[in-house]
Amino acid sequence: MTEDVLVSGSLRNRLAMILTGGAAVLAIVIFVVVRGYAAQIAQEGQDNILSASVSSILDAAVLRDGMVELDFPYASLSMLSTAADDRVFYAIYEDGVLLSGYAGLDMPQPGQTDEKTFASLQYDGATVRVATGTRILIGADVPRQVSVSVAQTQDALSETLNRISRNVAVFGAGFFALSTALSFWATSTTIGQLSRLTNSVTRRGPQDLSPFRKPVPSEMVPLVGSLNSLMSRLDQSLKQSEDFIAEAAHRMRTPLATVRSNAEATFQRVENPENRNSLRSMMRAIDECSRAAGQLLDHAMVTFRAENLDRETVDLEEMLRELVLRMTPVAELRDVALHLEGGVPALLTGDPVLLQNAFRNLIDNALKYAPPDTTIVIRVHNDPTLAVDVLDRGPGFPPDEIDLLAGRFVRGSDTKGRIGSGLGLTIAQDVVLAHGGALVLSNRSEGGACATLQF
Amino acid sequence: MRYFAVLILALLPVIGQAQVWEDRKVFGAATAPRNLQILSSTDTSFFAPIIESFIAQRADLSVEYLVTGTAELDDVFRQNPDRFDVVISSAMDLQLKLANDGLAQRLDGLSHPEWAQWRSSLFAFTTEPAAIVINNAAFAGLPVPATRQDLIEVLRANADIFEGKVGTYDVRQSGLGYLFATQDARASETFWRLMEVIGSLDAQLYCCSGDMIDDLARGRILVAYNVLGSYARARAETADMLTVILPSDFPTTMMRTALVSKATSEPALAEAFVGHLIDLQSAGAAEDFPLPSLGAFQDTTGRSSISLEPALMTYLDRLKRQTFIREWESAIIQGP
Amino acid sequence: MKYLLVEDNLELAQAICSRMGLDGHTIDHAAKISEAMDFAQAGEYDLILLDIMLPDGDGRSFLKQHRAAKNDTPVIVLTARSQVSDRISMLDLGADDYVTKPFDHAELQARCRAVLRRKTGSAQTMMRVGNVEFDPVGGHLTVSGNVINLRNRELRLLELLMNAKGQVFSKQKLVDRLFSYDDDVSDNAIEVYIGRLRKHLEGSSVQIKTLRGLGYRLDHD
Ligand SMILES: Nc1ncnc2c1ncn2[C@@H]1O[C@H](COP(=O)(O)OP(=O)(O)OP(=O)(O)O)[C@@H](O)[C@H]1O
Ligand SMILES: [Mg+2]
Repeated sequence: MTEDVLVSGSLRNRLAMILTGGAAVLAIVIFVVVRGYAAQIAQEGQDNILSASVSSILDAAVLRDGMVELDFPYASLSMLSTAADDRVFYAIYEDGVLLSGYAGLDMPQPGQTDEKTFASLQYDGATVRVATGTRILIGADVPRQVSVSVAQTQDALSETLNRISRNVAVFGAGFFALSTALSFWATSTTIGQLSRLTNSVTRRGPQDLSPFRKPVPSEMVPLVGSLNSLMSRLDQSLKQSEDFIAEAAHRMRTPLATVRSNAEATFQRVENPENRNSLRSMMRAIDECSRAAGQLLDHAMVTFRAENLDRETVDLEEMLRELVLRMTPVAELRDVALHLEGGVPALLTGDPVLLQNAFRNLIDNALKYAPPDTTIVIRVHNDPTLAVDVLDRGPGFPPDEIDLLAGRFVRGSDTKGRIGSGLGLTIAQDVVLAHGGALVLSNRSEGGACATLQF
Repeated sequence: MRYFAVLILALLPVIGQAQVWEDRKVFGAATAPRNLQILSSTDTSFFAPIIESFIAQRADLSVEYLVTGTAELDDVFRQNPDRFDVVISSAMDLQLKLANDGLAQRLDGLSHPEWAQWRSSLFAFTTEPAAIVINNAAFAGLPVPATRQDLIEVLRANADIFEGKVGTYDVRQSGLGYLFATQDARASETFWRLMEVIGSLDAQLYCCSGDMIDDLARGRILVAYNVLGSYARARAETADMLTVILPSDFPTTMMRTALVSKATSEPALAEAFVGHLIDLQSAGAAEDFPLPSLGAFQDTTGRSSISLEPALMTYLDRLKRQTFIREWESAIIQGP
Repeated sequence: MKYLLVEDNLELAQAICSRMGLDGHTIDHAAKISEAMDFAQAGEYDLILLDIMLPDGDGRSFLKQHRAAKNDTPVIVLTARSQVSDRISMLDLGADDYVTKPFDHAELQARCRAVLRRKTGSAQTMMRVGNVEFDPVGGHLTVSGNVINLRNRELRLLELLMNAKGQVFSKQKLVDRLFSYDDDVSDNAIEVYIGRLRKHLEGSSVQIKTLRGLGYRLDHD
């Protein structure tokens, strides 16, 4: 039945996709943010050291005899040592004139205050970070502005950044792997609830339309709720339609029975052949009608139940004995004997209601088409597989139509006006197919029909 | 000698390309197709076995070894970085500045302890402490100084003996001398007191360790301060005459460094030479490598020697240098 | 034999009653469960014919009460439903058989006979004429101590003739009774069965007379 359902993606895949996709996006965001943050901190670290270096150089500036002297400590540059041996440049300006150090590093902007300024620029083929600070020296005559720029390449910084990036990447990947594992776990537990519900729906018998009572997660409550209400509506409408059918059948069949019985009683009394004929066709029409209605309902029921067999262990011989008992009065009316041949183990797992219906139809046919004073043999055997033959001594199946007789509403050409709807063999075949077997029709060499249900 | 050197310096810009070398030697056939120019402050005698073992495996190679003082070397190289392939100097500060200024080639193929290299472009291959070298005869009966303070006391107490007989680097001329002096000054105030004392004794000033040891051997001076001990020890004939003292208060230990010019025309060869150099020092056989190896005066962390770091450039700053030289002059050159 | 018919549809009930009467049976009719319970308690019935849909309840509840009252009169249900599952549930509730409406009267009779044969045996329905004993339920004939098993049509023919001794039955009438309306029966079919019965009755005090042009009649001396 599942193959009739249109599939649009998979909830599990979609959920897993969303979760892992989310985890991937999150991992990337974490990577970018942490790396950016780390870069900022690392840059701040470098800036702090550069700034300290600038300060220590500026602090050493003094005016002696009107000349700027800058006896800056060893530490000013020493603090710039890095593991990557970064190159260091510095420049000391007095009122914009290079006093010492590297030319062209960074010309201090006029009007700068105590604040250090930082810039990244290209120097001698390398990217350097420059910190610049200024100090005003008050001399005897005019104030002098001393500016110091200290620059450093960024090899250590980028090494640090690369290391951080690597670590963050590993962390991100780990995070992603963990989230993926988690999301798969979460997905399967979530879907697990659905499969559990599915299981309990599937395991139900065809007649079980009771509501689900097992606790379900709150998200599934609406689904289970509407499922339950659907089931109760279904149950109700099924009951209603059963009642309706029963009522309808009763309403139809009771008047028919009245007419039939009256017609029969009258038929016994009237002599006039014309009247007799019309009574005969009246009864015939009634029988025809009720047979068709019965067979149609049975066929509908078989089709319905075949989808969902109500399986139990059935002893075929037992079932057939009971059936023979029930049908014997009818057989006797025609002076036909029913004979059951068994004695072999005949256990089968199947739907007893359907099986009984199938056998009834075969025996019914034999009774209908076999002549009086003959015996109908119902034989149960299990060699090579379990099978039931219904053998009669009638005219047999019309050989050129034998393959078609199990079709719906198909009747033989030689039914000689016998009442029937052409559904008996169809029902038998549907039942046996639902049980994984086959209906085989053949004619006996000694004359008569053989209908076999093979399981 | 001293005035000669000053004269050379003064004439340098005039002479231009007509460079005068302290020494110049070509190893290998002069016609060899490939040629390596090594600019060095180290006496040829120390490098001859190193270069010879290098070209021994390379028949097509000749090496020109050019020797000059550390300060001049820096000058010469900065003017013509493309003329030289390898630069070797004991002035660590100048070398480091060359590397910092981007004149040195990165040699990523060499593996060397972190502390003995800078930016994979400057490679130290010796440790050489600055020493006090004394004339044994002059100190007969005097306490042999073990520290700078001892030296101060001995000199003060015996001004008559040592007047005009104390030698040290002229820091204005010698890059190495300047390095030693600045590092001493950085380490302790004793340095300035020692300079005052030496100055008061009418110090003899030298451009190079070699000259100082020559004069020691000849008896022209009796004490040399901050001279390279390795040079003194290398003089077998003076072995009994001189005593090399490594001051026990604090050592000032220099590392000789090599770099490959960024403008070299033989980068692979130059790198191979530096590799050869550091391999030889670590192998440590005295006949192949006459200089003290990196490990000789050193624990393996490099802590006891002047470290290779940008701070070395501090005293190269024009203003700092000016101040330092002025102070040094006022200490050492005390007019009568 | 005495029947109780529980059926709310009066026309059908009348039709059934008149058809039963043709065969010489006595039949009482109840239209409601309550009425039926009273009848069942008061009278001795051989068999109850029970409609399932009744105005004052389901025939099934009658069955339950009936069985609960330890009344073992056999019940044949007349049902309007032909579905297998429904039939089974009725048998489970204690019905002895069922017939689907509309039904062939001969089939109803056959089922009644079968049920009676199973449930009560034959003693109380035995008919005796002269030295002939006839058990219409068990289907045997005893002629001076010889037991003869009768075939179905022989039995029904004999029962018909015995129930109306001295009455003349035309061939047509006998065909109508013994065969279904759509069996095609030849004229001498009846002669065959009459012949067989005469053979069975040989040497007894009962004879089947042929009245030329009129039919047959059972006589005894
Ligand atoms: N035992 C048999 N002997 C001869 N012909 C048979 C036999 N059983 C079935 N047939 C033929 O097969 C046809 C189909 O049988 P099927 O039972 O499907 O329909 P039916 O008996 O005509 O009608 P109903 O649905 O009322 O049983 C019959 O019309 C008849 O021609
Ligand atoms: Mg059929």
